[in-house]
Amino acid sequence: MPAGTLYRGREGMWSWVAHRVTGVLIFFFLFVHVLDTALVRVSPEAYDTVVATYKTPIVALLEYGLVAAILFHALNGLRVIAVDFWIKGARYQKQMLWTVVGLWVVLMLGAIYPVLGHAARELFGS
Amino acid sequence: MSTTETTASGIGPVEGADASVYSVDNPAPLIEPPRKRTKKSPKSTRGNFEMAAWLFMRLSGVVLVVLVIGHLLIQLVLDGGVSKIGFAFVAGRWASPFWQVWDLLMLWLAMLHGANGLRTVINDYAERPNTRLWLKGLLYTATVFTILLGTLVIFTFDPNIR
Repeated sequence: MPAGTLYRGREGMWSWVAHRVTGVLIFFFLFVHVLDTALVRVSPEAYDTVVATYKTPIVALLEYGLVAAILFHALNGLRVIAVDFWIKGARYQKQMLWTVVGLWVVLMLGAIYPVLGHAARELFGS
Repeated sequence: MSTTETTASGIGPVEGADASVYSVDNPAPLIEPPRKRTKKSPKSTRGNFEMAAWLFMRLSGVVLVVLVIGHLLIQLVLDGGVSKIGFAFVAGRWASPFWQVWDLLMLWLAMLHGANGLRTVINDYAERPNTRLWLKGLLYTATVFTILLGTLVIFTFDPNIR
């Protein structure tokens, strides 16, 4: 890689990259999600059929990924607001990022059972 | 050149930088800030759209943290998680104006927040004017369509459709 193509690197840049990637992914999901919800105006059967695919183990894993993206984007978004509006925000941006990552790990561990539990029961039996 | 005397930092003394030259009776000359807008300067034609967009991202972001994480808790975590979702569950929630307003606000804020985010991404990476035009046209069309569709669904939802 030629020198100078990595802007600074480290926590500031990588959190910016992750914020951007998760934001785009969440936005694309949002389009699909409004469309699938719109099926309640077609018929209860059409809606329930599509929602049934959301309950399969593979999609459960995608839902876990969606939760991961949303939680990171939400927590890091609050950090961006703190950097912009809190007078000491820029000075503590690294500490705030590691706080975000720590909180994210804890919340993701907590989300394993509620989001993936039903998939595990289906795959391995209850 | 080798005889020229320089300071250790390589910067020579600045002429007239001696602060003691100026006093209350002999004040330093006032330097106008560059690009200061005065009565004579023409009216700005740009407006404050980018600043408003920047502020909107932060304000809508704070509200969305509450709305979306609440939504995730209800849909994916509490009361059996995704397993309980179905037409009956949607009908039960949209029977309450509170959740109708919650979902409507979440739809509008999330779509506008996401659309502005993608506008920024397009501005950053699409370099040819034509590419930018088409990508933004597609983005705005999809955004308006999705917001209108979602709004229509919330307002016209009929639990007794069948």
